[in-house]
Amino acid sequence: MSAHPPQRQAARSGSSMRRLRGLIRKEALQILRDPSSISIAFVLPAILLLLFGYGVSLDAKHIPLAVVVENPSSVTASFSASLLNSDYFAPRLMVGRGAADQAMTAGDVDAIIVLRSDFARRVFSPTGSAIQVIVNGTDANTASIVSGYIQGAWQKWLGQYALDHGRTLSPPVSVEQRVWFNAEVRSRNFLVPGLIAIIMTLIGTLLTAMVVAREWERGTWEALMVTPVRVAEILLGKIIPYFVLGMGGMVLSTAMAVFLFGVPLRGSLMVLLTISALYMLTALGMGLLISSVARSQFVAGQVAIIVAFLPAFILSGFIFDISSMPTIVQWLTHLIPARYFVSALQTLFLAGDVWPIVLADGAALILMAAIFLALTRARTRKSLE
Amino acid sequence: MWDRVLALIVKEFLAIWKDKKSRVVVIVPPLIQLVVFGYAATFEVSHVATAIYNEDSGLASRQFLARFEGSPTFDIVARLTRQSQIAEMIDPKRASLVVHVGQTFSRDLAAGRTAKVQLVVDGRQSNTALIILGYANRIVAGFNADWIGDHGLAPPPASLVVRSWFNPNLKSQWFIVPGIVALLTLVVTIVVTSLTVAREREVGTFEQLLVTPFRPFEILIGKSVPPMVIGLAEGSVIIAAAVWWFGVPLRGTLGLLYVALFFYLLAVIGVGLMLSSLARTQQQAILGAFLFVVPAIILSGFATPISNMPAVIQDLTLVNPMRYFLIIVRGTFLEGLPPALILARLWPMMMIAAVSLTGAAWLFRHRLD
Repeated sequence: MSAHPPQRQAARSGSSMRRLRGLIRKEALQILRDPSSISIAFVLPAILLLLFGYGVSLDAKHIPLAVVVENPSSVTASFSASLLNSDYFAPRLMVGRGAADQAMTAGDVDAIIVLRSDFARRVFSPTGSAIQVIVNGTDANTASIVSGYIQGAWQKWLGQYALDHGRTLSPPVSVEQRVWFNAEVRSRNFLVPGLIAIIMTLIGTLLTAMVVAREWERGTWEALMVTPVRVAEILLGKIIPYFVLGMGGMVLSTAMAVFLFGVPLRGSLMVLLTISALYMLTALGMGLLISSVARSQFVAGQVAIIVAFLPAFILSGFIFDISSMPTIVQWLTHLIPARYFVSALQTLFLAGDVWPIVLADGAALILMAAIFLALTRARTRKSLE
Repeated sequence: MWDRVLALIVKEFLAIWKDKKSRVVVIVPPLIQLVVFGYAATFEVSHVATAIYNEDSGLASRQFLARFEGSPTFDIVARLTRQSQIAEMIDPKRASLVVHVGQTFSRDLAAGRTAKVQLVVDGRQSNTALIILGYANRIVAGFNADWIGDHGLAPPPASLVVRSWFNPNLKSQWFIVPGIVALLTLVVTIVVTSLTVAREREVGTFEQLLVTPFRPFEILIGKSVPPMVIGLAEGSVIIAAAVWWFGVPLRGTLGLLYVALFFYLLAVIGVGLMLSSLARTQQQAILGAFLFVVPAIILSGFATPISNMPAVIQDLTLVNPMRYFLIIVRGTFLEGLPPALILARLWPMMMIAAVSLTGAAWLFRHRLD
């Protein structure tokens, strides 16, 4: 029954190709004529990456400090000078604890260093009352970074001071630290790849969700449905132009990451593009699914922010480390496509083609893309409700 | 006049409320996100997957490593026997830290020489790497202090005593959860407002509204009240959850926090309405909202401090209402920020609100075509 003569099948697939070409052409024209779509694919990634690449950093520099010296002497002057000469601190000498406390409450300084009146005498006593450090703990992460820096400055000064006074400080065990993949510990190196994932999420999910929701709202989607075009063709006609647009944005973002922000790209470009293509498909599938469920731009926009952007920001490992989250939340992150993309990007940029990670992330993305596209296909039947 | 405005407000509420999907979308996800993000957004590190590579057979090395094994922060996942295994652990993220004790460790310690320990850490997440190194160094320092005490060596020089104000245990949840008040109210309010005018313009009912006796500022009130109510309600739920669910201390005055929340929402609503009246279509409106929301969140100090940004971008954040509200909400919760300091962050939000609301009202009639 279903067996068609071969030539008819060829004719069918030929007309299918023609229909698909027509749809892609229509979609491409729509993108080209609406400046907002073009800007979202190229201008948006460029601006966002510039803004965030420079703006998002966990590396504190010129930390404002209040330094309170209770009893000035040549020893305290030597320590204050070592703080002044450091790139990490912007110390301000203050006359008393009162002024320092006020500056900290007002948020003008991040930490207070108090050099006690007997500082010079007790530098080499183990009771540790010579110097006191108070950090503003409101931003807990910055607080621990700041106290780490101060600790480092203190150790360095002590070593130098001891040397100048003919003593050597040799702890029983000393530590040699090796930070792999990011020896300078630049937070930008891991944040910029994560930002690319966020930007791709915006392009893929938000843009398609809005575009298709608009068609549902205006009734042009139903109009397409009554034509001989098949559902799969309609969906492909939507996916292909936006896929091309998204990949263009991806190439632009990668170029900016490498050439502008100096993030090393240690993996191969081919693998990077393949993983990105898989993520783009997932993001597009998600956008299509959202629009086919929401069918209004208001709901589609809300849902896209809530299920795509915010999780990509918080649950993807972009800034907050997934392994530190509670177990239940860790399980939840497996449902967030951006998680796999961020992980793959961080590894591909910084570590190289680590196959166990790349393959696992790639497989997860293929699975999610397939699920999203299949669900969209199932929801977009050629019937009216 | 107020009857008219009231009728408009009711109509705006109904526009959001009547549609089941938009009703659900305004209420449910923010609550889920509050709980999930409250737990997920943490900079603390625990259960660090750690591999041990011990080339030394002496007792001292085992005593030393026992401190890592006994620490709740480190989970020992493997014991290595070859140098090449370090890469095999770190590359595929099977371990974040490798503690490498060399062959001469015990001998050096016994002879009074400094023994070396190598810590290899995965730098792909450089922030986590720094935190892990901090923990590991603390363990080494503890071992050193005890070793010196047990062996009667010359005491080390003064060590640093670090205390932390407002958040003694440096719990990042105390920092993040108040931030979520600012984050989620921003997202909900901006989406609700940014589409109101654009949707009506697309359908054509906005032109009808303009030919009624309504004056622009009456329309402005009608359009502002529903998102304000939604924002205040959502903000209240999150504040309550922060106090009773997450146990974040609320040290400042709640009344002032609400005053700040009111002006913050007003500023956000102003921006949303302005974007909405500028947009030709709903799509442009939501894109505009996005172009505002995403930088507003990322450049607000929510996750990464503003002080780390370059000067140009710091200047740019001056027009971001979230920046000011974040300082107020965190300060009110943790520091009990004095009213004078709250006021200093209040007036920029008032300015943003005044400018954007005026702009929106003007754009109602004068949108450029």
